Amino acid sequence: MAQKKVVRLITREAKGIHDKILARKSPSLKMPVRSLANVSYRPAKGYFQLKGKKKERTLSVGTVKTFAQSLRMMSLCKQLVETDDIATKREAYYVSKNWDEARFNEQSESDAVMDDVEALFGVNREQLGFIPEEKGGEVAGQLIVIDHDRETGEELRIDCTRFGSGAYSIPSKVEDLGFETDAKFILAIETAGMFQRLVKHSWWRKTNSILISMGGVPTRACRRFIRRLSDAKKLPVYVFVDGDPYGYGNIYRTLKVGSGNAAHLNEFFCVPQARFLGVTPQDIIDYDLPTHPLKEVDIKRAKDSLKNDPFIQHHKPWQKAIQQLIKMGVRVEQQALAKHGLNYVMEEYLPNKLANTKAFLP
Amino acid sequence: MATEQREISVSEFFTKNRHLLGFDSPTKALLTTIKEAVDNSLDACEEAGILPELRVEIHTVGENRYRVMVEDNGPGIVKEQIPRIFGKLLYGSKFHRLRQSRGQQGIGISAAGMYGQLTTGRPVVIESRANRRRPAHHYELVIDTVRNEPVIKKEREAEWPDKAHGTRVEIELEGIYKKGRHGVESYLRQTALANPHVSLEYLAPGETEPMVFPRAIQELPAEALAIKPHPYGVEVGMLMRMLKDTKSRQLKGFFQSEFSRVGPKAALSIIEPSGLQPTTSPRRVSPEKAEKLIEGIRHTKIPSPPTNCLSPIGEEQLVAGLQQQIEADFYAAVTRHPSVYRGNPFQVEVGLAYGGKLPADELITLLRYANRVPLQYQAGACAITRSVVTTKWKSYGLQQSRGALPTGPMLLMVHLASVWVPFTSESKEAIAGYDEIIKELRLALQEIGRKLARHIRRGQRERDAAKKRAYIERYIPHIGVALQEILDLSDRQEKKLVATLTDTMYRSRKV
Repeated sequence: MAQKKVVRLITREAKGIHDKILARKSPSLKMPVRSLANVSYRPAKGYFQLKGKKKERTLSVGTVKTFAQSLRMMSLCKQLVETDDIATKREAYYVSKNWDEARFNEQSESDAVMDDVEALFGVNREQLGFIPEEKGGEVAGQLIVIDHDRETGEELRIDCTRFGSGAYSIPSKVEDLGFETDAKFILAIETAGMFQRLVKHSWWRKTNSILISMGGVPTRACRRFIRRLSDAKKLPVYVFVDGDPYGYGNIYRTLKVGSGNAAHLNEFFCVPQARFLGVTPQDIIDYDLPTHPLKEVDIKRAKDSLKNDPFIQHHKPWQKAIQQLIKMGVRVEQQALAKHGLNYVMEEYLPNKLANTKAFLP
Repeated sequence: MATEQREISVSEFFTKNRHLLGFDSPTKALLTTIKEAVDNSLDACEEAGILPELRVEIHTVGENRYRVMVEDNGPGIVKEQIPRIFGKLLYGSKFHRLRQSRGQQGIGISAAGMYGQLTTGRPVVIESRANRRRPAHHYELVIDTVRNEPVIKKEREAEWPDKAHGTRVEIELEGIYKKGRHGVESYLRQTALANPHVSLEYLAPGETEPMVFPRAIQELPAEALAIKPHPYGVEVGMLMRMLKDTKSRQLKGFFQSEFSRVGPKAALSIIEPSGLQPTTSPRRVSPEKAEKLIEGIRHTKIPSPPTNCLSPIGEEQLVAGLQQQIEADFYAAVTRHPSVYRGNPFQVEVGLAYGGKLPADELITLLRYANRVPLQYQAGACAITRSVVTTKWKSYGLQQSRGALPTGPMLLMVHLASVWVPFTSESKEAIAGYDEIIKELRLALQEIGRKLARHIRRGQRERDAAKKRAYIERYIPHIGVALQEILDLSDRQEKKLVATLTDTMYRSRKV
C-alpha cells in the first residue's frame, strides 16, 4: 500500500542519518534539483522529465537549520500518513510554529522544504498527507463526474450541465473520480471572466463541449483532472489564454508539460494532448485587437523562455510566435475581443478558430 | 645657529602675499599665528635637546580681537637676535640649509607679528631667557614695512623666577575663533598626536582651566642632521646662487664640497659636457654654462643622498601617541624606509587606530602631517588624501565608495618627513604628488592595510565561531527530536545522538 511505502521511505532515510551521526560522519540528504535547468522535454512522452541532477544537503553549520526543518517535516509526514490525516500547506506552516527556533517564518519556506521532501522520496505531496488549499479549477458543460459520498460510500453523479450560472469545483484529489460524457472537446480557459461569459450563454451546449476555468496557472489537481478526463474519454483539449508571455510560457506550458519545480511529478500532472487555441500574436492582426505595450518583465520572461525553456526550444512555431510578440511589443487579453461586441468571442472568434484546429500551436 | 643667519632682501613681501602665507581669512589667521609660534618653539626645543613643554593661551580682548600667547621651555634667544627674528620678514636659519624641520622659509612668526600689527596696530611682545645666570629680556617690536627692519618700541629686563630658559611670544590680532576640524584645539590635539614627546597645555578663550595633552613618551626624537643639497634636486637658479656664494675657487672643488654624494669622479663627469675646465672659478660660470652643468648632473650617476638627516616619528611612538589620545581596539603603525625624490630624502609613516568608540558608520578621520606639523586645509589637493582615496580599502575589510575615503571606525595618520617637503603653495597645506612620494605613500598604506585586515579578519573569525556555536546549539536538538519521533528512539538514545552530533559539529572546521 502507498501509505506503508511512504512510512518505509521516511524511516529508511531517518535510519541512514541516525547511523551516520553515530559513526561521526556528516549525514546528508540527496534530492533532485528542482528547476528548469534540470529538466528535459521528451516529445514522445510529452512532459518535462528530470535530468537527474541531484543536490546534496550535507549537514554543516550553514545547512543545520534547513536540515533540522526537513527532518521535522518528514516526521510530520509520517504522523499524517500513519493517522490517515491530512494537512494543507498552510496548516503545515502553522504546525511548525510549535518547533521553537526551527519554525518557518514564511509559508514560502515551509512550501520549499515540503517540495524538497516530496522530491527526496519521489512521491507527490498528497501521498505525504499534504493537500493544497488552492482552488483546483471550475467545470461546466457536457460532463457527469462520478464521485462517492465520503461517509456512506454511495455513488454520486454530478451533472456539470446543472450548475446554472455556477460551476463544479475540481476537488484537490481527483484520482478516484469517474466520468461520463459525449462532449467533443475540452476548452481550458485562463480567466474566470471569460469562463463566466461562456457559461452564461451556455456556449457548451451549442458546441457540445466541457469548459474548464483554470484561474491562472493550473493547479496540480486541475491538470490531473483534465488529463484523466481527456485520457478516459479521448477528448481533445484546447487552451484559451491571454496573448502574453505569461499565458504562453507559464499557463499553457505548465498545463501541457508540467513545471520545472515539480519535475519529479510531471508524468501525472501534465496534459500532453493540449493544443493552443489562442490568443496568438497573429490573432492580434487578424482580428484587429486592442493591445497593451509589453512590460519590462514580459519581455524578460519572453526572452528567458526562448533561452531556457526546453519546451519552447523544442517547438519552432512557439519560438516564432514569441519572437513575433516581442517584435510587435504588445500583449493582448482574452477580453479584448469585446471590442467587436460582447458576444463576438462566441459568435465569431471561437467558431472560426475551432473550424481549423490543425492550425493550433503545439 | 646664530652664525648661520643671513639677511634676505625682501620687503613688503607680506602685504602682497598674505593669502599665500595662511592669513587669508580671520579664522585662518588666528590658527596660522598659533601654528607658526608652536612650530618655532618645538623646533627650537628639539634642536637644543630639550623635551618640549608648551603653553598656548588665547584671550579675548574685544570683538573679533584676540591676544595669543605661546610659551616654551626652549633654549631662549640671545638678546641681539630677538628683534631680527621677530621683526624682520624672511629672516631665519632655516632657509639656507637642508634639514628636516617644521618651519621652512622663516616667514612664519614675523609674518604673524606683521599681521597683528596691521590689524590692531599693537607690537609683538617677546620675552626670552637664554641663560639661567642672566635675566630674561622683554621686547616690544613693530616692523618697518617699507625697509623690512624691526623697530624697538620698548626694551627692558624681565624677572623670570621659575624658568631657567624659554621664550614667550604674545601677538594681538584680529581673528575669529572657531571650534571644529579647522580650529585651534583640533590643531593642538593633532600636534600632540604626532609629537608624543611634547607636553602641551591650552587655555581656550573664555575658559579658566587649561586643556592638557600629557607627554606619552619620555625621549626626544633622533636629531635630524643638516645635509648639503643633492645635485639631482638642484635647478639652474639655485645653482647660479650657489656658484656665486661658494668659497671654493675651482669648479671641481665646488661640486665636491657644496653637494652631498659628489666625489672627484662624479664632479669631473658633471663638468665635462659643459666644456668648462675643472679649475674654472665658480664665480665665472655663465647662466648658459650653468644649464650645461645641470645637463651634466642629469647624465651622471650619483648615489642617493644620505638619509640619516631624517627624523621619523617611529612606529612605537606613533602607537604610543594614538593610545594616549584615542580609545580604540587596535593600533598599528608603519614607518617606511627613507626614499628620495629629486635629490631630497623623504620618509613616509602611517599610523591608525581602529574600533573602540570611533564612529563605525562615518568616513574615517584622516590626519595629514608634514614634518610632524598637522595639515588642516586643502585636503583635496594633497597627495596624501589622493593616495588614501585610491587605496583599495575594501580588500582590507573596510567599506569604500568610489573616489571617497573609506567608511569605518578608524583614525588614520599619514606623515611625510623630508628635508624639503614639496608643498603645492606657500601656505604649506597640501603636498605635491611626486611619483616617488605617491609610490611610498601607497606602499605604506598597503602595508598598514594588511595589518588592519589581519585584525578585522581575526574579529570576523571570532564572530563566525560564536555564530557557529549558537547555530549548532539552537538547531541540533531539533534533529534529535525529529529522529526520535521517526525512529521511536528512547530519550537516552536521543540524548546520545544529540551529544555525538554536537561534538562532531564542533570539531568540524567547515563553517
